[in-house]
Amino acid sequence: MTTQAEHRMPAVLPGGVPPADALLPSAEPVRFLDDDGGPAPGDAHGRYERPSTELLRRAYDAMVLGRRFDAQATALTKQGRLAVYPSSRGQEAGEIGAVLALRETDWLFPTYRDTMALIARGIDPVEALTLLRGSWHCGYDPMATRTAPQCTPLATHAPHAVGVAYAARRRGEDTVALVLIGDGGTSEGDFHEALNFAAVFHVPVVFLVQNNGFAISVPVSRQTAAPSLAHKGVGYGVRGERVDGNDPLAMLAVLTDAVESARAGGGPVLVEAHTYRVEPHTNADDDGRYRDHDEVAAWKRRDPIARLEAHLRSAGELTDDDVAAAGAAAEAFAADVRKRLSEEPVGDPAELFAHVFATPTPQLREQAAWLAEELAR
Amino acid sequence: MTVTMGKALTAALRDAMREDDTVLMFGEDVGPLGGVFRVTDGLAAEFGEDRCFDTPLAESGIVGLAVGMAMNGFRPVVEMQFDAFAYPAFEQIASHVAKMRNRTRGAVGLPMVIRVPYAGGIGGVEHHSDSSEAYYAHTPGLKVVTPSTVADAYSLLREAIADPDPVVFMEPKKLYWAKDEVSLPVRTEPFGRAVVRVPGSDATLLAYGPAVPVALEAASAAAAEGLSLEVVDLRTLVPFDDATVAASVRKTGRCVVVAEASGFAGVSAEIVARVQERCFHSLAAPVLRVAGWDVPFPPPVLEKYQLPGVDRVLDAVDRLQFDDAPDPRFLAVSP
Repeated sequence: MTTQAEHRMPAVLPGGVPPADALLPSAEPVRFLDDDGGPAPGDAHGRYERPSTELLRRAYDAMVLGRRFDAQATALTKQGRLAVYPSSRGQEAGEIGAVLALRETDWLFPTYRDTMALIARGIDPVEALTLLRGSWHCGYDPMATRTAPQCTPLATHAPHAVGVAYAARRRGEDTVALVLIGDGGTSEGDFHEALNFAAVFHVPVVFLVQNNGFAISVPVSRQTAAPSLAHKGVGYGVRGERVDGNDPLAMLAVLTDAVESARAGGGPVLVEAHTYRVEPHTNADDDGRYRDHDEVAAWKRRDPIARLEAHLRSAGELTDDDVAAAGAAAEAFAADVRKRLSEEPVGDPAELFAHVFATPTPQLREQAAWLAEELAR
Repeated sequence: MTVTMGKALTAALRDAMREDDTVLMFGEDVGPLGGVFRVTDGLAAEFGEDRCFDTPLAESGIVGLAVGMAMNGFRPVVEMQFDAFAYPAFEQIASHVAKMRNRTRGAVGLPMVIRVPYAGGIGGVEHHSDSSEAYYAHTPGLKVVTPSTVADAYSLLREAIADPDPVVFMEPKKLYWAKDEVSLPVRTEPFGRAVVRVPGSDATLLAYGPAVPVALEAASAAAAEGLSLEVVDLRTLVPFDDATVAASVRKTGRCVVVAEASGFAGVSAEIVARVQERCFHSLAAPVLRVAGWDVPFPPPVLEKYQLPGVDRVLDAVDRLQFDDAPDPRFLAVSP
């Protein structure tokens, strides 16, 4: 167990690099691929190495499945089967990359937009959609899945990720926590407090900011005047990195590096993924009021799945049969979700009182009895 | 031995930390300094800075860190330096601390304690004397506890640390230096139990935290005049002891709630509502309140006008219609 004095050690990297410079993100986002999936020009991937073919193939399958799931959830929302669904279509590289960078023993802290990441984490889709179907709980067991409940109040789960990872490290475990945040969330106080606590206590946390351009309708230019969101790390002593969020190779390379760096005792890392929310905020949103369709179309041309597919095909690592198999698996998954969500969700009103405390107070028992009486009439 | 409430709290923390190495104490100035009220005095020295440590000065981060550590095997106790300085943590408390068990359908409990030195009477400048208990008591999922005696300070804090649910532990600042003859460790009545401090037959005074000594003094003064007042110390606001309260008021037929916090929409208002719901047919007079005025807590030179005092309590008792005349104060419908 380390002492607090050790926790206070500044993050000086080997080689005598001045800490502030070492903490700054690269001038341009890390990328391996150009917009069409060909090799990016120059050394845009910096010090990072191409992820293994095996990892890229797993990512491809998970991204295809994730997108199909996301489309299915959006369709079910339009049919009234879900109360609301915030889509992460177009952000598959971040959603899947974050999960594949983690071990099962690591912790994931998702937001309401990250249901796709829950699916990649292996959580049953009906469980994962419990909250968005209109229930009062997250639907899955956070302790068993090492996945926190999807967080709605922005960035408030970031300090929890710090606490969970700090607790694990104090017990000598090598657990890492990865917390998903959006560009809007970086304006919240808890984002800053979490970065600061993580740095001061040298906690193995990776902060992944998926900068998808909008906080509902407000563009990122109204969230910050910083050179990038990744630059917000240096003020806290946290290393920042910028990535092309629609480049699955770059996302996997940078996130794997960040997670393993944190695991090895390198302290927290802030990763900003430059991506785009191609769908409206939710089904209740009208995005024509705040953005131009041409902008959406331009981002759709930088599609992460298409780029990965082009890359793997050109490398001879993905065949027509592989593509068909991934598509078929995704269709089967979606069909299962459709079937299982065709039933009306049931909720037992008596259970409203059951989990407020470990043991209901006399007042809650009394109120539960009153409700039961009302229902029995 | 003679023990102050502050030292009893320190002893409770120390004993809990000795018994269970998952118990941690952190916050602002709680390390080598021992806290601005010295409640954590000596803990960093005995247990090391690993188990009693200072954090960055950010209350939301402190509570959020505690949530994560409680999710992962620890029992954090955090100190909010003063009542009003806990407000930055309110979102964490209301949206996560209070709701985590419910929003995970019982899978994730948060065994953590948020210590809040609260209320006035110490000549604090602005933002140092708030009675903030209503915010927490109004939030489902939080237990809210406030001791008025030295023995309760020790016992309730031990129980709070051992509780599987989050507890907001409200420490009346002006009672930190109150002394009593107590042999530690001591255990008193558990959560959810109010205690009759003084039995009586003519009227019930319901009080909690810093108002309890005032109620006791008022009862003594009334006894000298031949009036028998029963004093009930509520101790735990959540869970609330309806049984003890109702039994007392049904017996005496008259009731005054004494609280230091502003009355409007306060815990005292909830208590009045519960008493009239449960005791209406036993009441000989409306349930009255002696609470703080609905003003921002006054500066030191004026705080004596805000704090409930013995005279104000006795005036309220006088208005309990012993002569069957309506309370002149409320004859008019509106001010």
